[in-house]
Parts: sequence; structure tokens; C-alpha cells
Amino acid sequence: MSSIAEVLSTQEPLHIEEVRPERARSTLGYLRRNPSLGIGVLFLVALLLFVVIGHLTVDIIQYRPLSARPLQSPSRELPFGTDKQGRNLYAVMVEGTPMTLRVGLLAGVIGVALGATMGFIAGYYGGWADNVIKLLVDVGLTIPGLLILIIIGMRVRGGLTVDQMALVVGLLAWLYPARTIRAQVLTLKQRSFVQVARLSGMSNWEVIVKELLPNLLPYLGASLVGSVSAAILASIGLEVLGLGPFEAPTLGMTIYWVIYNAAIINGWWWWWVPPIIVIAILFIGLFLVAVGLDEIANPRMRNRV
Amino acid sequence: MPLDYVAKRIGIFFLIVWLAATINFFLPRIGGKDPIRDMLIQQTALSGSVQTGLEEMVEIYNEKFGLNRPLWQQYLTYLGDMSRLDFSYAITNYPLRVSDMIMRAMPWTLLLLTTTTLFSWVLGTLLGAFMGWPRAPRFLSYLLPPLLSLNAIPFFLLGLILIYLFAFHWRIFPLFGGYTQGTIPALTPVFLRDALYHSILPALSIILVSLGGWALGMRAMMITTRGDDFVNFADAKGLKGRSIFLHYAIRNALLPQVTALALVLGQLVSGAVLVEIVFQYPGIGTLLYQSILASDFNVVQGVIFVLIVSIGLTTLILDLIYPLLDPRITYRRA
Repeated sequence: MSSIAEVLSTQEPLHIEEVRPERARSTLGYLRRNPSLGIGVLFLVALLLFVVIGHLTVDIIQYRPLSARPLQSPSRELPFGTDKQGRNLYAVMVEGTPMTLRVGLLAGVIGVALGATMGFIAGYYGGWADNVIKLLVDVGLTIPGLLILIIIGMRVRGGLTVDQMALVVGLLAWLYPARTIRAQVLTLKQRSFVQVARLSGMSNWEVIVKELLPNLLPYLGASLVGSVSAAILASIGLEVLGLGPFEAPTLGMTIYWVIYNAAIINGWWWWWVPPIIVIAILFIGLFLVAVGLDEIANPRMRNRV
Repeated sequence: MPLDYVAKRIGIFFLIVWLAATINFFLPRIGGKDPIRDMLIQQTALSGSVQTGLEEMVEIYNEKFGLNRPLWQQYLTYLGDMSRLDFSYAITNYPLRVSDMIMRAMPWTLLLLTTTTLFSWVLGTLLGAFMGWPRAPRFLSYLLPPLLSLNAIPFFLLGLILIYLFAFHWRIFPLFGGYTQGTIPALTPVFLRDALYHSILPALSIILVSLGGWALGMRAMMITTRGDDFVNFADAKGLKGRSIFLHYAIRNALLPQVTALALVLGQLVSGAVLVEIVFQYPGIGTLLYQSILASDFNVVQGVIFVLIVSIGLTTLILDLIYPLLDPRITYRRA
């Protein structure tokens, strides 16, 4: 994350002269200074808009197999065509995009909540708890989460629902947030306002909630976006490997069917183009938002260099 | 290099190996399922006959595989097997040993992953170094947005697009596989050329996606470094720009790139696994995919264990190389 922030700082000098101070206060003015955030949010809003419009224009139930004649190329009635099992691919996209987002959001929130707790314990209290958590994070980050998810996925095969998958992914997603938040707590702890709060008799709990937490909100936000993105990546990986929820029309399952049925080699382009575009917009949007939030989290980086 | 640093890193490596084995042993057992009873019931259901004496058979098999012993004894035996890399037999390809199957797939993955990682790391770092240097050509800065957009998507997604464009539409490269079907893998020039030809698209999808990340990191480090006092000093001393760029800026900005390499190793491996599936490349990833489809638990566990150990080993090597690259670090106890 820090590297992203550092890079952003390097883009700033180019823009600084253009920004007039009176404009800088408005949101639009801010987004102009922080274009990554604006474009990123725009991408994600576009996806949500697609889902909303889709819900108004298609009968969602058609995401199920045998809803239409199989392997139809796009037409007026079926804008995205159908797949080999007769799913209406437009309905699949409209239903699957929020499902994938939901997995990412659920897993990301679990990951950041767990990670923040661990990070606060390790950074604030230190001692043996810090050593244990640090070792756990160091070792855990070396092992790819996907491999552990595969073992779990194989055991509950077929029975894994979308929410269960989110839960499992989330339980492994806390390592990275724990590391970044621990580092932030460590530096914040030394700052004078925290020292004053402690000397004036605040309990540890109060210091964490009233002094540390508000100052870490931008970091938590950036962490959350990063975790959501990582969780979506992990869930799609699991689905492509054939360990996802087979009944659900998520983006990853759609890619799984594309690969399983060799849709590319067979020339059924309408089957794989929409999910690829949606996944790409999703990841690029999340990345840009993460960069933008980093810029808010590290305002000091702006003036460097 | 001080001994306690080396000892600590090696200790962490063994911790990773132990953790991988333990996860492999306990996670599948959490469900409390009885694989042998399940298998036998499935078999009797398939044959359609009413099987008598099923319980006796379960007991005999449990005895045979040592599944009636206490859990800690099974665990110790398992750790022993793992330390000898003995993963038993493949369930679906019975007479084949899991370790042999892994050994056959490993060279493909190893070659693909090391060459693409090194190539994209070197190229991306160089690109980033130029992008972060004020005297570099201007057009380089236009490369960053497309490279970063590519960097945000998963490897295999670009792989799908590349297959469509270069293999299906323009027919420049083969559609799938690691070599032409029907040929027998051997170390002959003809076969090697064929294998190289097949590996270009999978390699390209890894390189193009990871390039942006390396360029981004290096560019940031270069910009931080070029504001440092020692660079100003070198400038004031009248050193040539090229010399400052190579021996002052790059030399110092390079170190975090090595650390970053160790950090993303795991992501690289899981990304490459999915790329192999998309291209049906005959490496570890495809082996894993086929074993998952066939529910061959022995192979899946073996592959996962070997992958984790390899990542741990590479991280250990990078950790041990790092102090040699950075002469300022002595790792002496304060």
C-alpha cells in the first residue's frame, strides 16, 4: 500500500499548479486533484448502474439453465446470448455481479475487522501477543491463501454456498490488514496526543477507541478496499478451480463454465466477453479507489519531492 | 552474516513446512467424515447389489490404513511421510505414485514461473527506474496507466483474451498444451523449440500483468531516492547523470524491489496455477485442477504441500541473499 501512496505523491507535482485554492474545498475540486478516486468510483458506480438497470429489464430467474435455447448469439431478445445449458447470459451477469461483490464485501469486512483487532492488540499492547501475531502473519502471508481454501473447498464439496465461501475466504483475509494496521498503531502510539491521553488517565480501551481509531479510519478504508479486491480474487480462483457454488451464477462460476466448455476455442465469444469485461472493470475500479484512499490516508506524501 | 539471523530464517522455514503438513492433516479431518465408509457405500450403490458385511470391510480397511489408531499416532506417521515427500498413491491413477506425478509436472511450472518472474521483475524494474528519472524519455510516462490497468486484473483473465486473439483469431500460437500432442517429451532441440512455442502465450499473460507492479514500485523508490542528500551530493560533485542514475539511484532503490519479490511469491504461484488451467499447460496447476475434478485427495494434498514448501524455500533464499545485497545491514544485535 505504501508504494501506491508514494507513487501518487509523484503524480501530484504535475497537478499542483493547476489547482486554484478556492476550488480545492469542493468535492469536485478534490476529485480533480485525486483523479484515481474519481475514476475508480465511477467504474464501480457504472457496475452498480448496470445491475440496477438489468434488474428492471430482465427476468432474473433466467439465470438458471434451460431458460432459453442454448448457444444463441446475442440478439434483440437476448442481448448477451445464452450459454450451452440455456442460461440467459444477460440475467447471469445481472445476478452474478452483485453476488461476487457480496462475497468480496463480506469477506473483506470480516478480514479487516479481524485484522484491525489483531493489529491493535499487537501494536498497542506489544509483548508476547505482538510476537505471536507477528510470527503468525509472517508465516501466514508466505502460504498462499488459495491453497488452503482448496483443501477446505474439497472437503465441503458441492455444499459450499456463496455466503459460506465468503466466510471461508474472510477467515484467511485478515493477515495483510493486521500487518499494515499494526505498523500504523506503532507509529501513532508514539505521537504526543496519544501520550497526553494516556497520561491524563484514559484507559487503554478509551485511547484505542477515541484517539487511535478515528485517526486510522482512512487506513481502515484503504485496507478494506484492498481486502475486498483480494477476497474477490481468491473467490474467483476457487471457482475457476471448480470448488465454487455450482448453482450460483457468480462471475467466477461463469468463467469456470467458459473454461469447462472450451467456449473460446469453439468461438462462443458472447459467453466469455461480458464476464471478462465486468471482472476487469471491477478490479481496476477497486485498484483506483484504493490508490485514491491511500492519497487521503497519507496527505503528507503530497508535498514530498 | 550473523548466525542467529540465519538460524531464525531457517526456523521460520521449518515452521512453514510444519504448518503446511499440519493443515493438510487436520483440515480434511475437521468434517468428521469417514472416507472409507463413504467410498464403500458409493461402490455398493454403483454395483447395485446389496452388500453384506460392509461394517467388517470398513474395519479391515481402517486396520490396513492405520485409521483405527489414535489421532496423534496417525499425525506423527503423517509428519514422517511428509518429511520424506511420500504422498502415497494417486487414487485415480492407481499404480502411479503422487510424488512421481508431481515430479513430472514440476519442471514445466518451475521453468514457466522462474523465467516469467525474473523477466518481468528485471524489465519492470528497469522501466520503473527510467520512469522515475527526470532525464528519461517522456513517452515512458504514458506507459504507466495501461500497465497499471493490466496489473489490476488476474493473470488468467489476460490469458483468456490472449488465447482468443493469438491462438483462435489470428492462429499465430497453439491453443493449448505444453507441446504438440502425440510427441514424447525429450530433451531434443525439436521438442524444446516446440515447448517454447507453446509456452509463449502463458508466459506473456504472466509477464504483461506483473510488469506494471514492478514498474510502479521501482518508480516510487526512484523518486524517493532522487530527493535524498547523497544524490544531491553526487550531483554537486559533478558526477555524470548516467553514473548517478546507475550507481546511486538504482543501487539504492533496488533493495525494496527484492523484498517485494519475496512478498508476492505466493500470489505469483496461485496466479500461475490458474494460468496453467486456462492453457492446459502440463504443469502443477493443471495437475491440481484435474485432481480436484477427479476428487483425488492424495494428489491435491501432495501438490499443495510441495507448492508451500517451494515458496517457503524461495523466501528463505531471498531472505538470505538480502543482507548480501545491502551492505548497510549487519543484523547485529543492538
